[in-house]
Amino acid sequence: MKKILTASLVALMAAGPAMADLVFPSLSYRTGPYGANGIPFADGYADYFTLLNERDGGIGGVPARVLECETGYNTEKGVECYESTKGEGALVYQPLSTGITYQLIPKATADGIPVHSMGYGRTSAKNGQVFRNIFNYPANYWDGASHAVNHVLDLNGGDVSGKKIALVYHNSAYGKEPIRTLEELSKKHGYELMLVPVDHPGQEQKSQWLQIRQQRPDYVFMWGWGVMNQVAIQEASNIRFNMENFIGIWWSGSENDVLPAGDGANGYKALTFHNLGKDYPLYDDLQKYVVDAGKAAGAGDQLGTALYNRGMYAAMLAAEAAKTAQEIHGTADITAAMMRDGMEALEMTEAKMEALGLPKFGPEFTVSCENHGGNGLGAVAQWDASAGAWSLITEYGPSDQDVIGALVAEDSAAFAAENNIEPGCS
Amino acid sequence: MPDQLLFAIEVTLNGLMAGVLYALVALGFVLIYKASGIFNYAQGVMALFAALTLVGIMEGQVPFSHLINAIFGTEIHHFGWHVPALAAIILTIAVMVVFAWLVQVLIFRHLVNQEPILLFMATIGLAYFLEGFGDLMWGSDIKKLDVGLPQGINGWIDQTTFDAFGYGFFIDNLDISATIVAIILVAGLIIFSQYTKQGRALRAVADDHQAALSVGISLNFIWVLVWSVAGFVALVAGIMWGAKSGVQFSLSLIALKALPVLMLGGFTSIPGAIVGGLIIGVGEKLFEFLIGPMVGGATENWFAYVLALLFLVFRPQGLFGEKIIERV
Amino acid sequence: MFYREAGDFSTTYAEDSQTFPIKFDRYRYYLVLVVAFGIIPFLINDYWANAVFVPFLIYAIAAIGLNILTGYCGQVSLGTGAFMAVGAYACYKLMTGFPDIPIAIHILISGGITAAVVTLFGLPSLRIKGFYLAVATLAAQFFLVWLFNKVPWFYNYSASGQISAPERSMFGIIFTGPNTEAWAKYLICLVFVTFAAIVARNLTRGSVGRSWMAIRDMDIAAEIIGVNPLKAKLTAFAVSGFFVGIAGALFFSVYLGAAEVGESFGIDKSFLVLFMIIIGGLGSIFGSFAGAAFMVLLPVFLKNVFVGWLGWPTDLAAHLQFIVSGGLIVVFLIMEPHGLAQLWRLAKEKLRIWPFPH
Repeated sequence: MKKILTASLVALMAAGPAMADLVFPSLSYRTGPYGANGIPFADGYADYFTLLNERDGGIGGVPARVLECETGYNTEKGVECYESTKGEGALVYQPLSTGITYQLIPKATADGIPVHSMGYGRTSAKNGQVFRNIFNYPANYWDGASHAVNHVLDLNGGDVSGKKIALVYHNSAYGKEPIRTLEELSKKHGYELMLVPVDHPGQEQKSQWLQIRQQRPDYVFMWGWGVMNQVAIQEASNIRFNMENFIGIWWSGSENDVLPAGDGANGYKALTFHNLGKDYPLYDDLQKYVVDAGKAAGAGDQLGTALYNRGMYAAMLAAEAAKTAQEIHGTADITAAMMRDGMEALEMTEAKMEALGLPKFGPEFTVSCENHGGNGLGAVAQWDASAGAWSLITEYGPSDQDVIGALVAEDSAAFAAENNIEPGCS
Repeated sequence: MPDQLLFAIEVTLNGLMAGVLYALVALGFVLIYKASGIFNYAQGVMALFAALTLVGIMEGQVPFSHLINAIFGTEIHHFGWHVPALAAIILTIAVMVVFAWLVQVLIFRHLVNQEPILLFMATIGLAYFLEGFGDLMWGSDIKKLDVGLPQGINGWIDQTTFDAFGYGFFIDNLDISATIVAIILVAGLIIFSQYTKQGRALRAVADDHQAALSVGISLNFIWVLVWSVAGFVALVAGIMWGAKSGVQFSLSLIALKALPVLMLGGFTSIPGAIVGGLIIGVGEKLFEFLIGPMVGGATENWFAYVLALLFLVFRPQGLFGEKIIERV
Repeated sequence: MFYREAGDFSTTYAEDSQTFPIKFDRYRYYLVLVVAFGIIPFLINDYWANAVFVPFLIYAIAAIGLNILTGYCGQVSLGTGAFMAVGAYACYKLMTGFPDIPIAIHILISGGITAAVVTLFGLPSLRIKGFYLAVATLAAQFFLVWLFNKVPWFYNYSASGQISAPERSMFGIIFTGPNTEAWAKYLICLVFVTFAAIVARNLTRGSVGRSWMAIRDMDIAAEIIGVNPLKAKLTAFAVSGFFVGIAGALFFSVYLGAAEVGESFGIDKSFLVLFMIIIGGLGSIFGSFAGAAFMVLLPVFLKNVFVGWLGWPTDLAAHLQFIVSGGLIVVFLIMEPHGLAQLWRLAKEKLRIWPFPH
């Protein structure tokens, strides 16, 4: 009896050191109405860490462990996932849903765990003096709105006064994000803004697109998600709207969104803050160490799609932040608090990306306490239906920080006042 | 003619077309409710399941491939063949008939004579089951459905109206084909229920279960039959809606679009479903067009229900529903 | 042997009409209260509070509310999600508008506001019945969600329309916001559940409850014997709305801490609560608890079995979870159409004559 007890104790002890892993929870959604978009992202996120473990033996010698938890894009399941994974030593959360991000902002701050909402979530989290634990680099929705306007400015030689721009948006917190920015920018540049909300889920958009057909806006921006994207692109092609003038946010710019519309989607544009395709040295490694070794999270057929790349990019940024944290604190076994410091000191340069095998994959940016949102650079990608691929048609360009900076300051100040937060960097 | 009026006519026409699509979904509800008193919430998920099966068969997908791969460590996804659309549709109908039989044998045979709300809840349970099952069987990625229906603006209507009024009307080719399909479908259903033996038996069951039993009609058979027909209607609705957005999980939510149609038309009337669909389609599109801009838009979801509610206050059994007679 | 009326003599009217006339029942009830109030708060941690107990208690309140309307008064409602949203938004406006007033009072007032709104939406029930009414309540569901999304006043003009619960305390203990201790969350919900259950139990035993049940069993007959259908139906809507509103306020302020109307209070929520009362048992307070426990615990349990023990991929587990929950619901309805409460009743009947059944 005693023997068995000792044996099981030894077994327990042996299992113990597994706690020394670097834990990266992945709140994924592979089911539900947005499952089709959640799958490639989650695969990319998991595969990158698998690659690091297989090729480099982890990050700084410590293996990374991805804890996947299915949220189904449901806030309550997100709470359950957060509570069940935070005790495992989670370093950083990527909530992957606006609702869950808003949930976690106060909770994770109280627990001292950083949250990285990359290209979604609460935009004013850019102000790190108020949102100490929340990061949303490299770009946020307001940057996105500004990029879209900038692109239109470029197309029109810098003058858009008198033009009409329609915003087709998902009628939810997420979809309403860009409205303020676009309104401010319309005051500045003199275009006319037309708001066209689409209610969840967005299967039926006839009246919205008839409205667009009748009012003839020059450009249409879209903040859509899920089935709304596919229907909108289909309807736009049905009314023969010039796809070159139809620009979606990065969440409306995946292969899933354009493929159902077939050739009709040719020329559709979407914003992005990372590069597309799989023409990078890193993907050879991914293929070799992960996919061919049978260790891919998914079926391995998603490599190079927009959302897979985004998940992979998120994992890469998390790994780089972990490396930065290891350097700052001089230990390989970092905690969530150290991870936060690493994220705050993160610097992405071209040389760094080149070394990782991802030359020109994302914009260069630096994070600081005052600025948790990076430099807000973004580019425009265009869909080529015959080749079945996205390609960048612009360089990474800046957003209008005069307008956005003021909005961020205002919104974060309101949050600070509501929650008695003393803004500061100490 | 002034622009505003032309726009309104265009919106109305499109509303009628949208109404046909709503009616397609509502038809499935009515069939089952009429024959067995079951309010089948799973109708939307059945449409999704039917469309998934259709695409899966056409593309030669291996069912449950993900599960098989996870358990046995294999890497199979496709059989490597493509099935022509028509054959795939026939196979899908066969699957839906098997499904109808299973539903009857496993669930509703055991729930005969239960309260309507319990039957309703059972169909919600069925809907959950089918959601998970469909995804497990065919995967949850978005699939492109192409059975050769034309899509996009109808050039002829655009040109003709442009010559006549100076403004080309937009009518989607897909909507036109949906309308034609709906007409054929309803005509077929009417012929089936008026002129075939099974159809008459079905009507007898709808009128009075016990009387039908006493003249030798098998209730079980009729219920399997009616679930199969509803499965077929679901397939048609799934094809029409799936062609617009690709086949994906959200397809199951079209059931919510059909509920106000049912309320308005009455749960027991096939013409009611059609007329209700048209009224809802036109009503919500016109409201969004006329009033929507004043209140901030995106009114369609609730307006359909409020419109139906207003009708109900005056006619509690719906437009074409059977008069509710209560005796103490 | 233990569970019987024999030998348990009532000497006063109060004793005769008490809630649990059988001694064993009474002690069991006290035991549950002692465990719930005296033991669990000391053992609870963040995971158990946030993933299991708090949602269970809050859903139990909502289920009691809906059970009064559907189980006791026979009016099927599919607007529960939106009615919870009314409670949540009322609570948010009160919390931010009057920060110094204790949170418990805000929650009660939110319940009152919801009661008023629900009564308003209950008016069509005087004319519309059965499934038509159920679908008509969907009008409330969609309209209210749209309204909370559209009118910026409800979310204090914030940029995105999300509402977040600020930190509020009572007796020096923090009850909302991120720094709330697990036991505080648990206790505030428990107090409201106990309150709701006692009120509901006594209402349904009294004349109001009897008039509801008369309406449920046959409204025309009830009218003939002198039950005022207007009063009975509208009181049922009001009381139900009060509880659902409290549940919504707690759901937002204590449990989630941040919410968006379409996502947190959508139609799924309406169906979920309806499920709870059907699985638990229509017309039973115990059933509301049992149903809420079943629907909250089942997914957590299945997830832990599939992912935690068997180590399956999360998406397979999620699909199987749908299949198993859907299947279980159907099996339950077939095996016991009157819900878990009926099993409990049968068990009690058996106990009463145990160990000598003949």
